[in-house]
Amino acid sequence: MPDLTKTPAVDEPEVVLAEAQAGGKVLDGGEANGARSLWSDAWRDLRRRPLFIISSALILVVLLMAAFPGLFTSADPASGDLTKHFLGEPKLAHFFQEDWFGYDRQGRSIYARTVFGVRNSVMVGVGVTLLVTLFGGLVGMLAGYFGGFWDSLLSRITDVFFGIPFLLGAMVVLNAFTNRNVWVITGALAFLGWTQIARVMRGAVITTKHADYVMAAKALGAGTKRILFRHVLPNAVAPVIVVATIALGTYIVAESTLSYLGLGFGDDAISWGADISDATNDIRNNPHTLIFPAGMLSLTVLAFIMLGDAVREALDPKLR
Amino acid sequence: MGRYVARRLLQMIPVFIGTTLLIFLMVNALPGDPVKALWGDKPPDPAQVAQIKHDRGLDLPLWEQYLHYMKGLFQGDFGKTIAGNRPILDEITQAFPVSMRLAAMAWTFELVVGITLGVIAGIRRGRIIDTTVTMFTLLVISIPIFVFGRGLQLVFGNELGWVKPTVQDSENLEQLILPALVLGLVGLAYVARLTRTSIKENRSADYIRTAVAKGLPRRRIVSRHLLRNSLIPVVTYLGTDIGALMGGAVITEGIFNVTGVGNLLFQGIARREGAVIVGVVTVLVLVYLLASLLVDLLYAVLDPRIRYA
Repeated sequence: MPDLTKTPAVDEPEVVLAEAQAGGKVLDGGEANGARSLWSDAWRDLRRRPLFIISSALILVVLLMAAFPGLFTSADPASGDLTKHFLGEPKLAHFFQEDWFGYDRQGRSIYARTVFGVRNSVMVGVGVTLLVTLFGGLVGMLAGYFGGFWDSLLSRITDVFFGIPFLLGAMVVLNAFTNRNVWVITGALAFLGWTQIARVMRGAVITTKHADYVMAAKALGAGTKRILFRHVLPNAVAPVIVVATIALGTYIVAESTLSYLGLGFGDDAISWGADISDATNDIRNNPHTLIFPAGMLSLTVLAFIMLGDAVREALDPKLR
Repeated sequence: MGRYVARRLLQMIPVFIGTTLLIFLMVNALPGDPVKALWGDKPPDPAQVAQIKHDRGLDLPLWEQYLHYMKGLFQGDFGKTIAGNRPILDEITQAFPVSMRLAAMAWTFELVVGITLGVIAGIRRGRIIDTTVTMFTLLVISIPIFVFGRGLQLVFGNELGWVKPTVQDSENLEQLILPALVLGLVGLAYVARLTRTSIKENRSADYIRTAVAKGLPRRRIVSRHLLRNSLIPVVTYLGTDIGALMGGAVITEGIFNVTGVGNLLFQGIARREGAVIVGVVTVLVLVYLLASLLVDLLYAVLDPRIRYA
């Protein structure tokens, strides 16, 4: 976890910046040869990477599970049967059945809870990533493109938010809410998390805006909006996508850490974080209550980080 | 160099004011009343509530409260806690040394093990050792820290009995080893990943080819040419991580019963002691700002092409 105790993934901004430059070069070369663009080049490379195939397959399964949990289990994750309290070892041969992963303290099916818990975790992860990418991306783009006064102002504001420890800030915000649902948690994490993307985007835009094709567009009299969205953005977005993909996984871990502190989802919600933190009290005698939800969470996070890594390597010719 | 440092220090002022203001607003603008909380579940006495608020200046407008707070801060007065009426500076000076010891150990661990793993993986790219290190770092990042903490505590503390499961004496460095390990684990993974990527990128640089052509011994090429040039992103991460390790140890400190800054913050948040939270964050922000200045100065040491006029 990103020790969700720390700023999740201040992941390699420098390297990513280097990538942005490298990416720009590839694109120039591609255009000159009338050959493939950066993205089609990366796509050809990606399709052959086992890391990419495995991680996207995992992500598809997780998304399917989040959208239609009923496809994977018919058991009710919320109904407990106390006669089944911590019942027995998980029955590993009972694929997709209620007792596959065993039962928890309240006699609820751990398998069903693991399946139904996906939705909250994924919604938080995807929601925070979308908000952060839109807002941080916009701030970074404006700061990087306009420079001067706007850059100083926006960069200082970014610094201010960056100075507040991520988990700590989220704790302060969430402590004020008694009804913590997906939207509240997503908002709290996004409120403090956008700075990372803003910094990466700013760096990428600065390296892109002096490129020949931007100058050419300016000389042809293109408007600021057109230059920003048609020329600068498509060429600066690569490092942002990489960082955002990896950060998505770390936001999911952040949610579980907040749940562990009692500042995540409430008792009535089904969430991996809440289940894992409940299970940490029972690990000595009933480790199965921990292993399955924690395993699923780690697998999901792993899938997003691996996807980000694969895309990074495909976009950076120096790493090939 | 001197002018550069002076300019950077001046630039820190608005960021420092902004961050303290932001956390101050977050703490105070959000619902919840620490004074009423003194009564627990009983209905509070309005006259007493008003009296306590008046004594502490909590009935003033928010901007005036902030000015008062900042004025006190520059005179070394962090205010007093609402419950208990203890000077907050005392609590901070009690908690910080503990966290600093823990953070220093975790940081050393990140630096030494992280860079070593990253270098090994980077120069043996694609081999088994590279895959192992990469998988290890991915696993560490994707498993929540409290699962690690509880797991390692169970295995090494309760089952094997190699270390004490919880810290009884925070002066005793031996007892802090396991908590420091848990605290530094995620940072270690990031350091190893950063070092590996950076080394991989620089391995085929022209100056490395030159060094090889000159017939330099491999050890010297790696340590002097490759590592030094690859360290900039790693130094950036390690620099900003110092503050994060000190303030971000909430989970680790909770599991291992360490009474440091994380513990103080958690208590402060739970009791809505705004002044405690703002005070601790103020100190942490200072640590963070100074660390990032040091990092920037270190760039020039690592890469002679970078000069600060």
